[in-house]
Amino acid sequence: MTGQRTVAIVLLAAALVAPWFAYPVFLMTALCFALFACAFNLLLGYVGLMSFGHAMFFGIAGYFYGHVVKAWNMPPELGLLAGVVGAAILGVATGALAIRRQGIYFAMITLAFAQMIYFFCVQAPFTGGEDGLQGIARKPLLGGLIPTKDDRVLYYVVLAIFLFGYGAIYRFIHSPFGQVLKAIRDNEQRAVSLGYEADRYKLLAFVLSAALAGLAGATKAMVLQFATLTDVSAAMSGEVVLMALVGGLGTIIGPVVGAFIIITMQNYLASFGEFVLVIQGTIFVVIVMAFRKGLVGELADWWKSRRLTG
Amino acid sequence: MFELLGIPPQALFGQLLLGLINGAFYAMLSLGLAVIFGMLNVINFTHGAQYMLGAFAAWLMLTELNIPFWAALVLSPLAVALFGILLEKVMLKRIYHLDHLYGFLLTFGLALIIEGLFQWRWGSSGAPYPSPIPGGTNLGFMFLPTYRGFVVVAALVICLVTWYGIERTKFGAYLRAATENPTLVRAFGINVPRLITLTYGLGVGLAALAGVLAAPIQQVSALMGTNLVLVVFAVVVIGGMGSIMGSIVTGFGLGLVEGLTKVFYPPASNTVIFVVMAIVLLVKPAGLFGQTK
Repeated sequence: MTGQRTVAIVLLAAALVAPWFAYPVFLMTALCFALFACAFNLLLGYVGLMSFGHAMFFGIAGYFYGHVVKAWNMPPELGLLAGVVGAAILGVATGALAIRRQGIYFAMITLAFAQMIYFFCVQAPFTGGEDGLQGIARKPLLGGLIPTKDDRVLYYVVLAIFLFGYGAIYRFIHSPFGQVLKAIRDNEQRAVSLGYEADRYKLLAFVLSAALAGLAGATKAMVLQFATLTDVSAAMSGEVVLMALVGGLGTIIGPVVGAFIIITMQNYLASFGEFVLVIQGTIFVVIVMAFRKGLVGELADWWKSRRLTG
Repeated sequence: MFELLGIPPQALFGQLLLGLINGAFYAMLSLGLAVIFGMLNVINFTHGAQYMLGAFAAWLMLTELNIPFWAALVLSPLAVALFGILLEKVMLKRIYHLDHLYGFLLTFGLALIIEGLFQWRWGSSGAPYPSPIPGGTNLGFMFLPTYRGFVVVAALVICLVTWYGIERTKFGAYLRAATENPTLVRAFGINVPRLITLTYGLGVGLAALAGVLAAPIQQVSALMGTNLVLVVFAVVVIGGMGSIMGSIVTGFGLGLVEGLTKVFYPPASNTVIFVVMAIVLLVKPAGLFGQTK
C-alpha cells in the first residue's frame, strides 16, 4: 500500500512539472485520452462489459462542446457541461438496450450503435459533416479568471479535469456500489439471487462511463479547438480498447499508461501513414496472444513474485 | 408509366434490386459468422477483411495472371480459406479456452493488420473489376443488368447449399453434434479439432466468395469490408446466431429494408439497420431467430 502511495506521489509531481519538459498540447491530448481510456476500463475492468463503441460518447461530446461554444457563443464551462450531459443521455439510450444482451453480443451492439451515431454525425447539420467543427476559439474560464490562451495554464486546467474524472472513478470503484458491480461481473446470477437488480447497476455504470468519456471528448475539443468525424469513428472505439489493453485491463492506472504509450507512438509514427494500422493490429495480436494482463498487470505480477522469492 | 406513392417504378425496383444484392452479401457474411461462432466461440472480426481478400485475390488473379472471373470464383475462396486455416492453426486455436472477448480482440487486430497492409500497398482508392456478364434485359418495369441478377441467384444457391450441408448431411450432423458437446463427439472417434479448423475455413471461404461476387459490382479496395462487417454484426444481433436459415432470411430481409429506405427516406438508409436492431432488442432481445441462453 505504501508502495502505491509513493508511486502516486511521484506521478503527481511529474504531472505538475511536465509542461516544462514536454510539449503541453501533447500532454493535454494524452490526458484526455487517458481519461477516455479510464472511463472505458471502468466498464470492462469492473463490470465485465466490453463496449466497442465508446467513441460515440467521446466524439459526440466534442461536437456538443464545439456547437455550444462556437455557434451559441457560450462560455466553455457550459460547453463541457453540454458534452457530459449529452454523452450521458446517449449513454442512457444505448446502454438500456445494450445491457439486454451479454458478453460478445454487448460488444457488437455497442459497435453497431456507434456506427449509427457515426452516420448521424456525417449527415447532421450541426457537426459540419466531413469538415467537422474547426476553429473553436479558446475562451477564458471562470468568467475571465483563467486565461486559457496560454498552453501551460490550460494544461493545469486539463490536469484538474483529468484528476477529477480519475478520482470519481476511484471513488466509484471503492464504494459499496463498486463492490456490487464486481459481484455482478464475477457472477451475475448470484448477485441477482442476493437481491441486487443487476441491470440497474450495469446501466448506471454504463451511463457514468459514457459521461466521463464525454468529459474527455469535450475537453479534447476545448484543447485542440476542433471536433471531427475521427473521434466518433469505429477506429477510435478500437483505439481506446487498445489503450486499456496495453496498460492492463482492470488495473486503475493501466489505461493511463496505455493511453500515454499509444499517443506517444502515434506522434512518432505519424509519418508511416497506413502502417500505423498494421502496428496497432500487431500490438493487439501480441497482447492477446502473450501479455493479456497488459503492462501494468505484468509489472505488478513481476513485483509480487520478486517480493515472494526475495 | 404508372407511379407508386409518387415514386417512379424504375427507381423503386432499381433500389429493391440493390437491396437484394446487399442482402445477399449480408446473408452470406452473417451465415459465415454464425457457423464460425457456433463451433469456435469466436466472433470473427476478420470477416470483413477476408471478404476484401476474396475480392482482391480475384482482382490480382485477373490483372497479374489473367485468370478469368469464373476460375477466380473457385480459386480465390480456396486461397483465402487456406489462409484462414493457417490463422486458426497458428493463433485462434490457442485462445479458445479464454473469454469470447479475446477472440474478438485478436481477430480485430488481425483485420487491422490485413487492411493496413493492403491500404499501404494499393492505397485506399478502389480498382474496377470488369463485369464478367455484361449487358442486361429490359423487364418493362426496370432494367436488369444480367450480372446483378446472377449475383442474387448465386448467393441464394450458396446460402441454401450451406444450409443443406449443415442441416441435412452427415458432415453437418457431426458439426452440429460437436457444437453441442465436443467431448462426447471426440469419444466417438471424430477428430473435433480438425472439424473446428475446417469450419473456420468454410466460414472464411464463404466471406471470400461473397467478396469475389462483389468485386464486379463494387470497387475492389482495401477498406471495402470495414464498414460492411459492422453492418453484418447488427444483422447477426437482429437475427440471432442460433439458426442458419434465420441468418439467411434476416440478411436478405434487411437488405430489402435498406433498399426501401433509400427510396422513401434516403438520409436514413445508412442507419436503418441499426434502428431495426434497437427495436428488435426492445421487443425480442434474443434476436428474431435466437434462443435465449
